[in-house]
Amino acid sequence: MWTTPARLHAKGIIGMNRRNIRYIGRYNNRRLYPLVDDKLKTKLLAQEYGITTPALIGTVTTQFGVKHIGPMLVGHHGFVIKPAKGSGGKGILVIERIEGDRYIKPSGAQLTLGDVERHVSNILSGLYSLGGSPDVALIEALINFDASFSEYTYEGVPDIRVIVFKGYPVMAMMRLSTAASDGKANLHQGAVGVGIDIASGTAIRGVQFDRTRHDHPDTGHELASLQISDWGTLLRLAAGCFEMTGLGYLGTDMVLDRDHGPMLLELNARPGLAIQMANGEGLRSRLDLIERQSEGVAPEERVAFSQHHFARSSELRETA
Amino acid sequence: MSRLPFYLIVAFLLVAGVALSIHRHVQFEVPWTPGEQRQVWEIEAQVNFTAEGGPAKVNMALPSSQQGYRILTEHTASPGYGLAFLEENGGRRAEWSTREAIGDQQLYYSVQALVAPESRNPKVEAPPLRRDIVWESPYDTAASQVIERAWTRSADPFTFARELITDFTEERQGENARLLLTQFDRTPLLARLLNQAGVPAREVSGLLLEHGRRRQSLTPWIQVFDDQEWALFDPRTGARGRPDNLLLWESAGQAVLEVQGGSNSRIGFSMLSRNQPAAAAVRSELADDTLLNFSIHSLPLEDQALFQTILLIPIGALMVVILRVLVGIKTSGTFMPVLIALAFIQTTLITGLIGFLLVVAVGLVIRNYLSYLNLLLVARVTAVIITVIAIISVFSVLSYRFGLNAGLTITFFPMIILSWTIERMSILWEEEGPKQVLIQGGGSLLTAVLAYLAMNNPWIRHITFNFLGVQLILMALILLLGNYTGYRLLELRRFKPVTED
Repeated sequence: MWTTPARLHAKGIIGMNRRNIRYIGRYNNRRLYPLVDDKLKTKLLAQEYGITTPALIGTVTTQFGVKHIGPMLVGHHGFVIKPAKGSGGKGILVIERIEGDRYIKPSGAQLTLGDVERHVSNILSGLYSLGGSPDVALIEALINFDASFSEYTYEGVPDIRVIVFKGYPVMAMMRLSTAASDGKANLHQGAVGVGIDIASGTAIRGVQFDRTRHDHPDTGHELASLQISDWGTLLRLAAGCFEMTGLGYLGTDMVLDRDHGPMLLELNARPGLAIQMANGEGLRSRLDLIERQSEGVAPEERVAFSQHHFARSSELRETA
Repeated sequence: MSRLPFYLIVAFLLVAGVALSIHRHVQFEVPWTPGEQRQVWEIEAQVNFTAEGGPAKVNMALPSSQQGYRILTEHTASPGYGLAFLEENGGRRAEWSTREAIGDQQLYYSVQALVAPESRNPKVEAPPLRRDIVWESPYDTAASQVIERAWTRSADPFTFARELITDFTEERQGENARLLLTQFDRTPLLARLLNQAGVPAREVSGLLLEHGRRRQSLTPWIQVFDDQEWALFDPRTGARGRPDNLLLWESAGQAVLEVQGGSNSRIGFSMLSRNQPAAAAVRSELADDTLLNFSIHSLPLEDQALFQTILLIPIGALMVVILRVLVGIKTSGTFMPVLIALAFIQTTLITGLIGFLLVVAVGLVIRNYLSYLNLLLVARVTAVIITVIAIISVFSVLSYRFGLNAGLTITFFPMIILSWTIERMSILWEEEGPKQVLIQGGGSLLTAVLAYLAMNNPWIRHITFNFLGVQLILMALILLLGNYTGYRLLELRRFKPVTED
């Protein structure tokens, strides 16, 4: 049931307190938080830095504007509505397709335009934002995720979390939504976390509810063969977010689009620690190594450095 | 980045806090522990009568500080009545008056009496001897024979009183005594006989205190004087002396209750005893105006009571910090548990827990309906606030109807905070399911209970209230905790699978 602090320390596991004080407190300047806490700002900034993001259909900033959503959505196949200042995936509404006046969620549940408007109205009044402050609703085009991943996910879009420390990608995992997680990609809700090798973009290890898994619980597909295409581009995008935001300890959430390749979904200035579980390894030794590196290295070199030093072989193949 | 200034600040706070506390202990002799508990009786008198429709006036005797008891506070509840406290004939009385009253009337008077062994009786002048006593035949002969008989067997007023009363007890009743008792009530008769014999005496009324008794009535006693001294005699046994649990309610020889404009008047007493720390011991007698005598006790009493609570908040907050930083418990709203714990102090733990769960559960059901109405956030939370107030009102009335007065304390809950809790829990329920609600709600409640236990501890209350230096020590502790980079207790469980292979 319990382990000892000494064993966790030996594994290099980082706890919440250490993350908050030693990394977030030290490397993330509070002044820069709005850049990542407001998804609209992140998006505009990303465009400036040439980092691909999902296409923006429109924004709703006033309760008055809620009534104009219907016309705004005409001609779009599927879309995602999210609060600009939401956290932890709260308030994100995914509509897979529109059939007549029915809006259909990935789960098959049907919504009316009224439901969608109510959701947007809730977003504007600050229901999902930190501290309940008034918010803006973002409407983005639906990501057509790479068909090669359809076997690995249930309903939701699988996203890839890369922890970027001082511009170096240090650890990565893929989050696969499951029936248990209700199509959401949050590990504590039951999504499967798959540790990804920084060198090759292949799966190392899978966990669900903190326990090792070798296959996806819903599709039954084994995880060992999971390979992320265009891995180098994805890492370079992630590494570039350091220059873009100036935040030293950053969680970047990426997705793979069928047509546009890797895209930045959102940034997180307080990335969680579950990635250590998915990788079966603590962050500490990697972070210590990066801390010893000098400043001012170009993104490509940083990615190469990480790919060289953080290579791991899959645990899934050995056991499979 | 040097951490030296940080540790210097912590060290300074610690040293200053400890030094201030020790100074206060040594210089002002404030004890480290709350010390002995004092017993306080809460007594409630309920006057009932049937008003005749016109003006009504009720005059009731009130207790004064006396041997063994000190009167602390008193309250009355008598809607529609004017009230005055009077001093007459050496006794305190309350007088209620109203222009028009009809039907059953109820007046309440409650008093707190502190058990104070050092308290002495106020000086009482002996009442003048009643010279106007006239007996009808054949009672005059019986009376003088009874007096004569007791007189020969006594030496002074007290022994005379004893002998006289014992002659009226069951086993020694003579013919004369039996004859007199057919015509007169025992206690007034005894007072009358004593006065006739030249011994000043009067009938007084006392209340025998017993924890948790209700609908009690006063018992009559005979007060006998010998120059400056007086003694109390039990008119039923002749025993001399005051039982420890006797509170003299009326000691001026007057009627306990007089009602004009009403009939069927009765008075009933209920009482409760509880223990209180002897806070009085700490009252600073040394009111030096030095800066070091920086004490809450120099403030007026009312503000002191307020500060007693305010100074406890850091303890509750420390509890929250410990549980979040060292244990890793999730709570809904960072310091919401402290406010709930403050409410628990007013309501007591069990009542508070039941009340909290009831309000939040009912609130969640109603909030669930509100979410269908498609309201703006602020309007919805306001609707929840009104709902919470309604729930609290309904529970108060219901519990009162069922005679559960503890239910009334539910009003101490911070309603706005409760509403936000309900709102957050409801959203959590929709987004993450009931399990997260249980985890965060349970975490909040556990934190609130632990904070309550810490804040309600008599020793902690004593220390925080009397040693302001402790606040500096708390500050230092919290600064240190804010610097803790080690693992949280629950992380030892969370990360266990990683260490297995």
